[in-house]
Amino acid sequence: MTILTFTLILLIGAYLAGLLGSLTGLGGGVVVIPLLTLVFQVDIRYAIGAALLASIANSSGAASAYVKEGITNIRLGMFLEIATTIGAVIGAVLAVYTPTNTIAILFGVILLFSAAMTLRRKNQEALTEGSKLASVLKLNGSYPTKDGVVHYKLKNVGAGFSIMTVAGILSGLLGIGSGALKVLAMDSAMRIPFKVSTTTSNFMIGVTAAASAVVYLQRGYMDPAIAFPVVLGVLGGAFTGSKLLTRMDPKVLKYIFCVAIIFVAAEMMYNGFNHKF
Amino acid sequence: MKKVKGLLADHDIEVIVGTLLRYGVMTASAIVLLGGIYFLFQHGQAPVPSYHHFVGESIGYTTFSGIVEGATALQAKAIIQLGVMVLIATPILRILFSLIGFTLEKDKLYIGITLVVLCVILLSTFGGLKI
Repeated sequence: MTILTFTLILLIGAYLAGLLGSLTGLGGGVVVIPLLTLVFQVDIRYAIGAALLASIANSSGAASAYVKEGITNIRLGMFLEIATTIGAVIGAVLAVYTPTNTIAILFGVILLFSAAMTLRRKNQEALTEGSKLASVLKLNGSYPTKDGVVHYKLKNVGAGFSIMTVAGILSGLLGIGSGALKVLAMDSAMRIPFKVSTTTSNFMIGVTAAASAVVYLQRGYMDPAIAFPVVLGVLGGAFTGSKLLTRMDPKVLKYIFCVAIIFVAAEMMYNGFNHKF
Repeated sequence: MKKVKGLLADHDIEVIVGTLLRYGVMTASAIVLLGGIYFLFQHGQAPVPSYHHFVGESIGYTTFSGIVEGATALQAKAIIQLGVMVLIATPILRILFSLIGFTLEKDKLYIGITLVVLCVILLSTFGGLKI
């Protein structure tokens, strides 16, 4: 295979990864790593480097639209970024001491968890009674809907913060945005309405990924020839996804995506157990 | 009245942050695209190197000075890597802008929180976490 063919195929793959990542809210990294390792036989360390870049591109591309609409809770994002960035740096350091096969197995587990999270019932309700800490930290907010502005309050700030730290560690270790864990922290623990938690999670992924990306870049995990098609493809896909998302509800797509992800996760874990990484 | 003013300021920051993210990503992808086309032009017909075995990138693609040096010498891969750096810098710049925004709002709590996040990222950048 020539570099040109490799680049073009990877570009298409990355485009689809960005599209799916954006529509499902899981981020492009989740799709980029199996694409590179299973399909292109790329070492998982290069894949992690590229996936981090994909996560940053995906997050920044989609977040710019949501932030302007005023759905994203910037204060909440900033507060929780303390947890995710510290976690991300810890994760990036841990990655050096973790065998690649273990990383692959862990990735498979997270993938399964992400699929399950996509299918669960979403929190649509806005709490009217929040915890004291949430109001001290000014985390309560509001967002525009078709029927006017919805105000929401939140609780379990400590639990949310703890889950976010774990999300950060996994993000640094595996090179993914850990969108599923971020949404779990905000949705299930802090009881934030789904629309806010998804967009705020997306907003935070860029910063979380950047915190570990600087470590990976300096360590030589980022190959320009892989980064080129991955970044551009994911960005294009994320852009299309954010346009589509305002017009459609990707419910059917989510189910298909989940089934596909279960197979991919099984493959990653199988290969990890057989020391193929 | 005070509350209305606060909301307005919040929305201003949101617009600035949104615009910043967009331009950052656009700049990064333009650089990556230029470098990438140039790279394909030079090496497109060469066989794909074995990415199955991890060797890591050479110093010219892993340090700020190395990348900038290579990019100014118009090395295709260094130009791509420059775009990669801009991409990584975009969310970090976003934090800086939020810091300015919170300072204008005189929101001491969030100035502090933003500074903590910024410190963590700068520490991982310059803190010799190269290992």
